[in-house]
Amino acid sequence: MTTRFTEDHEYIRLDGTIGVVGITNYAQDQLGDIVFVELPSVGQKLKKGDEAAVVESVKAASEIYSPASGTVIEVNTALTGEPGLINSSPDDEGWIYKLRLDNAAELDTLMDEAAYKKHTA
Amino acid sequence: MSVTADDSLKTVVLNDEHIRLGGRMVPFSGYRLPVQYPTGIIAEHKWTREHAGLFDVSHMGPSLLILNNKSGDPERDHAAIAALVEPLVTADIVGLKPGQMRYTLLLNDEGGTRDDLMIERPDSPAWAGSLYIIVNAGTKDADWAHIAAATKGRATLHRADDGGLLALQGPEAAAVAEALVPGVSELGFMTCRSFEWDGTGLIISRSGYTGEDGFEILVEAGRAAALWNALLADPRVKPIGLGARDSLRLEAGLPLYGHDLDDTVSPIEAGLNFAVSKRRREAKDFPGAGRVLAEMTGQLTRARVGLFVEGAPARENATIFDMHGTGIGRVTSGGFSPSLNRAIALGFVTPGHTAPGTQLQVEVRGRMQRATVTALPFVPHRYVRKAS
Repeated sequence: MTTRFTEDHEYIRLDGTIGVVGITNYAQDQLGDIVFVELPSVGQKLKKGDEAAVVESVKAASEIYSPASGTVIEVNTALTGEPGLINSSPDDEGWIYKLRLDNAAELDTLMDEAAYKKHTA
Repeated sequence: MSVTADDSLKTVVLNDEHIRLGGRMVPFSGYRLPVQYPTGIIAEHKWTREHAGLFDVSHMGPSLLILNNKSGDPERDHAAIAALVEPLVTADIVGLKPGQMRYTLLLNDEGGTRDDLMIERPDSPAWAGSLYIIVNAGTKDADWAHIAAATKGRATLHRADDGGLLALQGPEAAAVAEALVPGVSELGFMTCRSFEWDGTGLIISRSGYTGEDGFEILVEAGRAAALWNALLADPRVKPIGLGARDSLRLEAGLPLYGHDLDDTVSPIEAGLNFAVSKRRREAKDFPGAGRVLAEMTGQLTRARVGLFVEGAPARENATIFDMHGTGIGRVTSGGFSPSLNRAIALGFVTPGHTAPGTQLQVEVRGRMQRATVTALPFVPHRYVRKAS
Protein backbone atom coordinates (compact mmCIF):
# COMPACT_ATOMS: atom_id res chain seq x y z
CA MET A 1 0.00 0.00 0.00
CA THR A 2 1.24 3.46 -0.90
CA THR A 3 0.75 6.46 1.33
CA ARG A 4 1.07 10.02 0.09
CA PHE A 5 1.12 13.30 2.03
CA THR A 6 0.01 16.89 1.47
CA GLU A 7 1.82 20.00 2.64
CA ASP A 8 -1.15 20.59 4.96
CA HIS A 9 -0.48 17.28 6.74
CA GLU A 10 -3.28 15.10 5.36
CA TYR A 11 -2.35 11.58 4.35
CA ILE A 12 -4.00 9.36 1.75
CA ARG A 13 -3.33 5.65 1.87
CA LEU A 14 -3.98 3.95 -1.42
CA ASP A 15 -5.74 0.57 -1.58
CA GLY A 16 -6.45 -0.11 -5.25
CA THR A 17 -8.73 2.73 -6.38
CA ILE A 18 -9.76 3.57 -2.81
CA GLY A 19 -7.92 6.18 -0.77
CA VAL A 20 -8.14 6.35 3.04
CA VAL A 21 -7.73 9.94 4.25
CA GLY A 22 -6.67 11.20 7.66
CA ILE A 23 -4.24 13.61 9.30
CA THR A 24 -0.68 12.70 10.13
CA ASN A 25 0.79 12.01 13.53
CA TYR A 26 2.69 15.30 13.21
CA ALA A 27 -0.59 17.15 12.60
CA GLN A 28 -2.45 15.60 15.51
CA ASP A 29 0.47 16.40 17.80
CA GLN A 30 0.50 20.03 16.64
CA LEU A 31 -3.28 20.40 17.04
CA GLY A 32 -3.47 18.83 20.47
CA ASP A 33 -6.57 17.15 21.91
CA ILE A 34 -9.24 16.75 19.20
CA VAL A 35 -12.72 17.36 20.62
CA PHE A 36 -14.97 17.39 17.54
CA VAL A 37 -14.85 16.13 13.96
CA GLU A 38 -17.16 17.25 11.19
CA LEU A 39 -17.26 14.43 8.62
CA PRO A 40 -18.10 14.65 4.92
CA SER A 41 -21.25 12.89 3.63
CA VAL A 42 -21.15 9.52 1.98
CA GLY A 43 -21.69 10.08 -1.73
CA GLN A 44 -20.20 13.59 -1.60
CA LYS A 45 -18.00 14.41 -4.60
CA LEU A 46 -14.75 16.16 -3.75
CA LYS A 47 -12.17 17.84 -5.95
CA LYS A 48 -8.56 17.78 -4.88
CA GLY A 49 -8.10 20.66 -2.42
CA ASP A 50 -11.79 20.91 -1.48
CA GLU A 51 -12.63 21.25 2.20
CA ALA A 52 -13.67 17.74 3.17
CA ALA A 53 -13.86 17.75 6.97
CA VAL A 54 -13.18 19.92 9.99
CA VAL A 55 -11.16 18.82 12.98
CA GLU A 56 -11.58 20.88 16.15
CA SER A 57 -9.08 20.96 18.97
CA VAL A 58 -9.79 22.64 22.32
CA LYS A 59 -8.30 25.82 20.90
CA ALA A 60 -9.31 26.01 17.25
CA ALA A 61 -10.95 24.52 14.15
CA SER A 62 -8.80 23.19 11.30
CA GLU A 63 -10.08 22.40 7.82
CA ILE A 64 -9.10 19.11 6.22
CA TYR A 65 -8.62 19.42 2.46
CA SER A 66 -9.10 16.44 0.22
CA PRO A 67 -5.71 15.17 -1.02
CA ALA A 68 -7.38 13.85 -4.20
CA SER A 69 -10.59 14.05 -6.26
CA GLY A 70 -13.25 11.40 -5.96
CA THR A 71 -16.44 10.25 -4.25
CA VAL A 72 -16.71 9.67 -0.49
CA ILE A 73 -17.70 6.02 0.01
CA GLU A 74 -17.34 5.72 3.78
CA VAL A 75 -16.76 7.98 6.80
CA ASN A 76 -15.37 7.04 10.19
CA THR A 77 -18.46 7.43 12.37
CA ALA A 78 -16.49 6.25 15.41
CA LEU A 79 -14.97 9.76 15.48
CA THR A 80 -18.36 11.26 16.34
CA GLY A 81 -18.33 9.64 19.76
CA GLU A 82 -14.59 9.45 20.17
CA PRO A 83 -12.81 12.26 18.31
CA GLY A 84 -9.67 11.57 20.34
CA LEU A 85 -9.01 8.51 18.13
CA ILE A 86 -7.28 10.99 15.82
CA ASN A 87 -4.80 11.69 18.61
CA SER A 88 -4.32 8.14 19.81
CA SER A 89 -4.28 6.43 16.42
CA PRO A 90 -4.06 8.92 13.54
CA ASP A 91 -2.94 6.36 10.95
CA ASP A 92 -5.29 3.57 11.87
CA GLU A 93 -8.46 3.97 13.99
CA GLY A 94 -8.40 7.73 13.51
CA TRP A 95 -8.91 7.70 9.73
CA ILE A 96 -11.52 10.24 8.57
CA TYR A 97 -13.01 9.15 5.22
CA LYS A 98 -12.54 6.80 2.28
CA LEU A 99 -12.56 8.11 -1.24
CA ARG A 100 -13.12 6.31 -4.58
CA LEU A 101 -10.50 8.10 -6.62
CA ASP A 102 -11.31 9.74 -9.94
CA ASN A 103 -7.72 9.65 -11.06
CA ALA A 104 -5.00 7.87 -9.13
CA ALA A 105 -2.38 9.80 -11.14
CA GLU A 106 -3.31 12.89 -9.07
CA LEU A 107 -1.37 11.38 -6.20
CA ASP A 108 1.89 11.72 -8.12
CA THR A 109 2.01 15.41 -7.19
CA LEU A 110 1.89 14.58 -3.44
CA MET A 111 4.84 13.81 -1.20
CA ASP A 112 6.04 10.33 -0.44
CA GLU A 113 7.04 9.40 3.10
CA ALA A 114 10.67 10.49 2.72
CA ALA A 115 9.67 13.88 1.30
CA TYR A 116 7.05 14.38 4.02
CA LYS A 117 9.59 13.58 6.71
CA LYS A 118 11.79 16.30 5.29
CA HIS A 119 8.80 18.67 5.13
CA THR A 120 8.15 18.27 8.86
CA ALA A 121 11.78 18.16 9.97
CA MET B 1 0.98 25.32 12.21
CA SER B 2 4.59 25.69 13.22
CA VAL B 3 5.63 28.52 15.48
CA THR B 4 8.46 30.50 13.99
CA ALA B 5 11.07 32.13 16.15
CA ASP B 6 10.20 35.76 16.76
CA ASP B 7 12.87 37.81 18.44
CA SER B 8 10.42 40.57 19.31
CA LEU B 9 8.81 38.25 21.86
CA LYS B 10 9.81 38.61 25.49
CA THR B 11 10.54 35.60 27.64
CA VAL B 12 9.34 35.01 31.19
CA VAL B 13 11.78 34.19 33.99
CA LEU B 14 10.57 30.57 33.91
CA ASN B 15 11.22 30.16 30.18
CA ASP B 16 13.91 27.50 30.68
CA GLU B 17 11.63 25.54 33.03
CA HIS B 18 8.84 25.46 30.44
CA ILE B 19 11.22 24.23 27.76
CA ARG B 20 12.65 21.59 30.09
CA LEU B 21 9.10 20.37 30.84
CA GLY B 22 8.34 20.07 27.12
CA GLY B 23 6.01 23.09 27.04
CA ARG B 24 4.85 24.09 23.57
CA MET B 25 5.85 27.73 23.43
CA VAL B 26 3.58 30.12 21.55
CA PRO B 27 3.36 33.91 21.24
CA PHE B 28 0.88 35.40 23.72
CA SER B 29 0.50 39.08 24.65
CA GLY B 30 4.05 39.80 23.50
CA TYR B 31 5.58 36.89 25.43
CA ARG B 32 6.65 33.37 24.59
CA LEU B 33 4.55 31.12 26.83
CA PRO B 34 3.55 27.44 27.03
CA VAL B 35 0.11 26.72 25.56
CA GLN B 36 0.38 23.16 26.86
CA TYR B 37 2.80 20.55 28.16
CA PRO B 38 3.10 17.03 26.69
CA THR B 39 0.04 15.61 28.49
CA GLY B 40 -2.22 18.05 26.64
CA ILE B 41 -4.94 20.58 27.43
CA ILE B 42 -7.71 18.17 28.46
CA ALA B 43 -5.52 16.24 30.92
CA GLU B 44 -4.15 19.51 32.34
CA HIS B 45 -7.64 20.94 32.69
CA LYS B 46 -8.96 17.87 34.50
CA TRP B 47 -5.89 17.70 36.74
CA THR B 48 -6.54 21.25 37.92
CA ARG B 49 -10.20 20.46 38.69
CA GLU B 50 -9.19 17.33 40.65
CA HIS B 51 -5.79 18.12 42.19
CA ALA B 52 -3.59 21.23 41.84
CA GLY B 53 -2.41 22.96 38.69
CA LEU B 54 0.58 25.31 38.59
CA PHE B 55 0.41 28.21 36.13
CA ASP B 56 3.10 30.69 35.17
CA VAL B 57 1.33 34.04 34.85
CA SER B 58 4.51 36.12 34.98
CA HIS B 59 3.49 37.90 31.77
CA MET B 60 0.76 39.70 33.69
CA GLY B 61 1.24 43.14 35.17
CA PRO B 62 1.80 43.34 38.91
CA SER B 63 2.69 46.82 40.08
CA LEU B 64 2.90 48.88 43.24
CA LEU B 65 1.48 52.38 43.48
CA ILE B 66 3.07 54.31 46.35
CA LEU B 67 1.95 57.60 47.85
CA ASN B 68 4.66 60.27 47.51
CA ASN B 69 4.12 62.17 50.76
CA LYS B 70 3.14 59.80 53.52
CA SER B 71 1.84 61.13 56.83
CA GLY B 72 2.94 58.02 58.72
CA ASP B 73 -0.63 57.35 59.83
CA PRO B 74 -1.59 54.05 58.09
CA GLU B 75 -5.31 54.81 57.81
CA ARG B 76 -4.78 58.33 56.57
CA ASP B 77 -2.18 57.19 54.03
CA HIS B 78 -4.45 54.40 52.78
CA ALA B 79 -7.33 56.85 52.42
CA ALA B 80 -5.05 59.17 50.46
CA ILE B 81 -3.79 56.56 47.97
CA ALA B 82 -7.29 55.07 47.61
CA ALA B 83 -8.72 58.50 46.82
CA LEU B 84 -6.21 58.84 43.98
CA VAL B 85 -7.18 55.51 42.39
CA GLU B 86 -10.92 55.46 43.01
CA PRO B 87 -11.79 57.99 40.28
CA LEU B 88 -10.41 55.50 37.71
CA VAL B 89 -12.21 52.33 38.86
CA THR B 90 -15.56 51.03 40.13
CA ALA B 91 -14.56 49.45 43.44
CA ASP B 92 -14.57 50.71 47.00
CA ILE B 93 -10.81 51.09 47.47
CA VAL B 94 -11.04 53.40 50.47
CA GLY B 95 -12.89 50.66 52.35
CA LEU B 96 -10.24 47.98 51.79
CA LYS B 97 -8.91 46.58 55.05
CA PRO B 98 -5.22 45.65 55.31
CA GLY B 99 -4.68 42.47 53.29
CA GLN B 100 -7.96 42.75 51.43
CA MET B 101 -8.23 42.78 47.64
CA ARG B 102 -10.92 43.48 45.10
CA TYR B 103 -11.61 42.63 41.48
CA THR B 104 -12.43 45.86 39.72
CA LEU B 105 -12.66 47.57 36.34
CA LEU B 106 -10.65 50.43 34.91
CA LEU B 107 -13.21 52.39 32.89
CA ASN B 108 -13.01 55.04 30.18
CA ASP B 109 -15.18 58.16 30.20
CA GLU B 110 -17.86 56.34 28.21
CA GLY B 111 -18.11 53.59 30.83
CA GLY B 112 -16.32 51.10 28.57
CA THR B 113 -13.73 48.79 30.08
CA ARG B 114 -10.06 49.69 29.65
CA ASP B 115 -9.14 46.61 31.68
CA ASP B 116 -10.21 44.32 34.48
CA LEU B 117 -7.77 44.11 37.36
CA MET B 118 -7.07 43.30 41.01
CA ILE B 119 -6.31 45.98 43.58
CA GLU B 120 -4.91 44.91 46.95
CA ARG B 121 -4.14 46.80 50.12
CA PRO B 122 -0.88 45.45 51.59
CA ASP B 123 -1.34 43.82 54.98
CA SER B 124 1.68 45.38 56.64
CA PRO B 125 1.27 48.85 58.23
CA ALA B 126 4.78 49.61 56.93
CA TRP B 127 3.29 49.54 53.42
CA ALA B 128 0.28 51.73 54.21
CA GLY B 129 -0.18 54.29 51.48
CA SER B 130 0.57 51.69 48.80
CA LEU B 131 -1.63 49.51 46.61
CA TYR B 132 -0.78 46.39 44.65
CA ILE B 133 -2.37 46.74 41.24
CA ILE B 134 -2.33 43.66 38.99
CA VAL B 135 -3.43 44.23 35.41
CA ASN B 136 -3.61 42.14 32.24
CA ALA B 137 -0.55 41.45 30.11
CA GLY B 138 -1.90 42.88 26.88
CA THR B 139 -3.01 46.13 28.48
CA LYS B 140 -0.34 46.73 31.10
CA ASP B 141 1.64 49.47 29.38
CA ALA B 142 -1.51 51.47 28.60
CA ASP B 143 -2.98 50.88 32.08
CA TRP B 144 0.18 51.92 33.86
CA ALA B 145 0.54 55.05 31.75
CA HIS B 146 -3.11 55.89 32.51
CA ILE B 147 -2.74 55.32 36.27
CA ALA B 148 0.61 57.13 36.42
CA ALA B 149 -0.80 60.15 34.55
CA ALA B 150 -3.87 60.32 36.80
CA THR B 151 -1.81 60.17 40.01
CA LYS B 152 1.18 62.21 38.79
CA GLY B 153 2.99 64.18 41.45
CA ARG B 154 1.03 62.52 44.24
CA ALA B 155 1.95 58.86 43.83
CA THR B 156 4.55 56.83 41.94
CA LEU B 157 3.86 53.64 40.02
CA HIS B 158 6.48 50.90 40.17
CA ARG B 159 6.03 48.07 37.71
CA ALA B 160 6.90 44.67 39.21
CA ASP B 161 6.54 42.50 36.10
CA ASP B 162 10.20 41.48 35.93
CA GLY B 163 9.78 38.70 38.49
CA GLY B 164 7.68 35.56 38.73
CA LEU B 165 3.93 35.40 39.25
CA LEU B 166 2.68 31.86 39.84
CA ALA B 167 -0.86 30.61 40.27
CA LEU B 168 -1.60 27.39 42.13
CA GLN B 169 -5.20 26.30 41.58
CA GLY B 170 -7.36 23.35 42.46
CA PRO B 171 -8.92 21.47 45.39
CA GLU B 172 -5.49 20.33 46.64
CA ALA B 173 -3.85 23.75 46.24
CA ALA B 174 -4.28 24.73 49.89
CA ALA B 175 -2.71 21.53 51.23
CA VAL B 176 0.18 21.82 48.78
CA ALA B 177 0.83 25.48 49.58
CA GLU B 178 0.53 24.95 53.32
CA ALA B 179 3.25 22.27 53.22
CA LEU B 180 5.63 24.76 51.66
CA VAL B 181 4.50 28.02 53.27
CA PRO B 182 2.97 27.34 56.70
CA GLY B 183 0.03 29.60 57.50
CA VAL B 184 -0.96 30.29 53.91
CA SER B 185 -4.10 28.13 54.10
CA GLU B 186 -5.45 30.53 56.74
CA LEU B 187 -5.81 33.27 54.12
CA GLY B 188 -9.44 34.06 53.34
CA PHE B 189 -10.68 34.26 49.77
CA MET B 190 -9.66 37.58 48.18
CA THR B 191 -7.12 38.45 50.84
CA CYS B 192 -3.34 38.64 50.58
CA ARG B 193 -0.33 38.69 52.89
CA SER B 194 3.46 38.66 52.85
CA PHE B 195 5.04 35.32 53.64
CA GLU B 196 8.55 33.98 53.76
CA TRP B 197 9.64 30.84 51.98
CA ASP B 198 13.22 29.56 52.25
CA GLY B 199 14.49 33.03 53.10
CA THR B 200 12.61 34.70 50.25
CA GLY B 201 9.71 37.11 50.67
CA LEU B 202 6.53 36.19 48.82
CA ILE B 203 3.28 38.07 48.37
CA ILE B 204 0.49 35.52 48.29
CA SER B 205 -3.19 36.11 47.61
CA ARG B 206 -6.04 33.62 47.77
CA SER B 207 -7.51 34.16 44.34
CA GLY B 208 -7.37 32.84 40.82
CA TYR B 209 -8.88 32.50 37.38
CA THR B 210 -10.14 28.91 37.27
CA GLY B 211 -13.14 28.89 39.63
CA GLU B 212 -11.17 26.68 42.01
CA ASP B 213 -9.66 27.48 45.37
CA GLY B 214 -6.08 28.61 45.01
CA PHE B 215 -3.33 31.17 45.32
CA GLU B 216 -1.37 33.68 43.28
CA ILE B 217 2.22 34.10 44.38
CA LEU B 218 4.56 36.98 43.54
CA VAL B 219 8.23 36.02 43.82
CA GLU B 220 11.47 37.77 42.89
CA ALA B 221 13.02 36.74 39.56
CA GLY B 222 16.05 35.03 41.08
CA ARG B 223 13.92 32.65 43.17
CA ALA B 224 11.06 32.04 40.73
CA ALA B 225 12.47 28.82 39.28
CA ALA B 226 13.29 27.43 42.73
CA LEU B 227 9.74 28.08 43.94
CA TRP B 228 8.23 26.69 40.71
CA ASN B 229 10.25 23.49 41.11
CA ALA B 230 9.52 23.20 44.82
CA LEU B 231 5.80 23.30 44.04
CA LEU B 232 6.16 20.81 41.17
CA ALA B 233 8.05 18.42 43.45
CA ASP B 234 4.71 17.74 45.16
CA PRO B 235 3.04 14.84 43.31
CA ARG B 236 -0.33 16.61 43.60
CA VAL B 237 0.95 19.40 41.33
CA LYS B 238 1.34 19.47 37.53
CA PRO B 239 2.27 22.39 35.28
CA ILE B 240 -0.66 23.81 33.31
CA GLY B 241 -0.42 25.85 30.10
CA LEU B 242 -2.41 28.71 28.62
CA GLY B 243 -4.78 26.37 26.77
CA ALA B 244 -6.21 24.86 29.94
CA ARG B 245 -6.09 28.24 31.66
CA ASP B 246 -8.51 29.45 29.00
CA SER B 247 -10.83 26.41 29.15
CA LEU B 248 -10.88 26.58 32.96
CA ARG B 249 -11.80 30.26 33.08
CA LEU B 250 -14.40 29.75 30.36
CA GLU B 251 -16.10 27.00 32.41
CA ALA B 252 -15.94 29.35 35.41
CA GLY B 253 -17.75 31.99 33.32
CA LEU B 254 -14.97 34.51 33.89
CA PRO B 255 -14.47 37.14 31.17
CA LEU B 256 -11.22 37.42 29.23
CA TYR B 257 -10.11 40.95 28.46
CA GLY B 258 -9.86 41.67 24.72
CA HIS B 259 -12.57 39.08 24.04
CA ASP B 260 -15.49 39.28 26.50
CA LEU B 261 -14.48 42.74 27.67
CA ASP B 262 -13.17 45.68 25.67
CA ASP B 263 -13.29 49.46 25.67
CA THR B 264 -16.90 49.45 24.42
CA VAL B 265 -18.27 46.96 26.97
CA SER B 266 -19.59 48.29 30.27
CA PRO B 267 -19.49 46.36 33.56
CA ILE B 268 -23.27 45.99 33.48
CA GLU B 269 -23.34 44.65 29.92
CA ALA B 270 -20.69 42.15 31.01
CA GLY B 271 -22.78 41.09 34.02
CA LEU B 272 -20.15 42.34 36.45
CA ASN B 273 -22.54 44.44 38.56
CA PHE B 274 -20.91 43.07 41.71
CA ALA B 275 -17.71 44.91 40.73
CA VAL B 276 -19.47 48.30 40.94
CA SER B 277 -19.52 49.06 44.66
CA LYS B 278 -22.67 50.31 46.36
CA ARG B 279 -20.95 53.39 47.72
CA ARG B 280 -19.56 54.27 44.29
CA ARG B 281 -23.01 53.82 42.69
CA GLU B 282 -24.52 56.21 45.19
CA ALA B 283 -21.69 58.70 44.76
CA LYS B 284 -21.82 58.34 40.93
CA ASP B 285 -18.12 59.21 40.97
CA PHE B 286 -16.55 56.73 38.52
CA PRO B 287 -15.93 57.18 34.78
CA GLY B 288 -19.03 56.70 32.63
CA ALA B 289 -21.26 56.59 35.73
CA GLY B 290 -24.19 58.06 33.78
CA ARG B 291 -24.24 55.19 31.31
CA VAL B 292 -23.46 52.49 33.86
CA LEU B 293 -26.17 53.59 36.28
CA ALA B 294 -28.76 53.90 33.48
CA GLU B 295 -27.90 50.36 32.42
CA MET B 296 -28.40 49.18 35.99
CA THR B 297 -31.98 50.42 35.87
CA GLY B 298 -32.60 48.27 32.79
CA GLN B 299 -31.56 50.50 29.90
CA LEU B 300 -29.31 47.84 28.39
CA THR B 301 -28.71 47.25 24.70
CA ARG B 302 -26.83 43.98 25.15
CA ALA B 303 -25.83 41.60 27.91
CA ARG B 304 -23.36 38.79 28.37
CA VAL B 305 -24.78 35.27 28.50
CA GLY B 306 -23.50 31.73 28.73
CA LEU B 307 -24.52 29.25 26.05
CA PHE B 308 -24.56 25.49 25.78
CA VAL B 309 -23.93 24.85 22.09
CA GLU B 310 -25.09 21.63 20.39
CA GLY B 311 -22.47 20.04 18.17
CA ALA B 312 -19.30 21.79 17.05
CA PRO B 313 -17.85 24.52 19.25
CA ALA B 314 -18.96 28.04 18.29
CA ARG B 315 -15.83 30.19 18.33
CA GLU B 316 -15.30 33.91 18.90
CA ASN B 317 -17.30 36.09 16.47
CA ALA B 318 -19.85 33.40 15.54
CA THR B 319 -23.20 35.16 15.06
CA ILE B 320 -26.01 34.37 17.52
CA PHE B 321 -29.59 34.23 16.16
CA ASP B 322 -33.00 33.90 17.75
CA MET B 323 -35.25 31.03 16.64
CA HIS B 324 -36.72 33.22 13.87
CA GLY B 325 -33.29 33.66 12.31
CA THR B 326 -32.80 37.27 13.41
CA GLY B 327 -29.23 38.11 14.37
CA ILE B 328 -29.14 39.17 18.04
CA GLY B 329 -25.46 39.07 18.97
CA ARG B 330 -22.14 37.31 18.74
CA VAL B 331 -19.95 34.85 20.57
CA THR B 332 -16.98 36.45 22.34
CA SER B 333 -15.34 33.28 23.75
CA GLY B 334 -16.24 29.80 22.69
CA GLY B 335 -14.77 26.37 22.97
CA PHE B 336 -15.00 22.95 24.43
CA SER B 337 -15.60 22.23 28.09
CA PRO B 338 -13.45 19.27 29.19
CA SER B 339 -15.42 18.98 32.46
CA LEU B 340 -18.83 18.87 30.77
CA ASN B 341 -17.66 17.22 27.53
CA ARG B 342 -19.64 19.65 25.38
CA ALA B 343 -19.31 22.97 23.59
CA ILE B 344 -19.83 26.13 25.67
CA ALA B 345 -19.61 29.81 24.81
CA LEU B 346 -19.86 33.31 26.20
CA GLY B 347 -21.49 35.94 24.05
CA PHE B 348 -23.47 39.15 24.00
CA VAL B 349 -27.13 39.24 22.98
CA THR B 350 -29.86 41.87 22.91
CA PRO B 351 -32.18 42.11 25.94
CA GLY B 352 -35.06 39.65 26.01
CA HIS B 353 -32.80 36.71 25.19
CA THR B 354 -30.86 36.42 28.41
CA ALA B 355 -33.08 34.18 30.58
CA PRO B 356 -31.61 30.74 31.25
CA GLY B 357 -33.37 28.17 29.09
CA THR B 358 -33.90 30.56 26.16
CA GLN B 359 -33.44 28.65 22.89
CA LEU B 360 -31.15 30.34 20.37
CA GLN B 361 -29.03 29.42 17.36
CA VAL B 362 -25.39 30.04 16.48
CA GLU B 363 -23.93 29.96 13.00
CA VAL B 364 -20.94 27.67 12.61
CA ARG B 365 -19.43 27.32 9.15
CA GLY B 366 -22.61 28.54 7.48
CA ARG B 367 -24.95 26.23 9.37
CA MET B 368 -27.27 26.91 12.28
CA GLN B 369 -26.69 24.98 15.51
CA ARG B 370 -28.94 24.99 18.54
CA ALA B 371 -27.80 26.86 21.62
CA THR B 372 -29.40 27.28 25.05
CA VAL B 373 -28.84 30.22 27.36
CA THR B 374 -27.35 28.88 30.59
CA ALA B 375 -26.74 30.43 33.99
CA LEU B 376 -23.08 31.18 34.71
CA PRO B 377 -20.77 29.71 35.79
CA PHE B 378 -20.98 26.57 33.65
CA VAL B 379 -19.04 24.71 36.36
CA PRO B 380 -19.68 25.82 39.97
CA HIS B 381 -17.02 27.92 41.66
CA ARG B 382 -15.33 26.26 44.62
CA TYR B 383 -13.74 29.26 46.28
CA VAL B 384 -12.97 28.82 49.96
CA ARG B 385 -14.76 31.61 51.72
CA LYS B 386 -13.92 32.12 55.35
CA ALA B 387 -14.26 34.98 57.76
CA SER B 388 -11.08 37.02 57.71
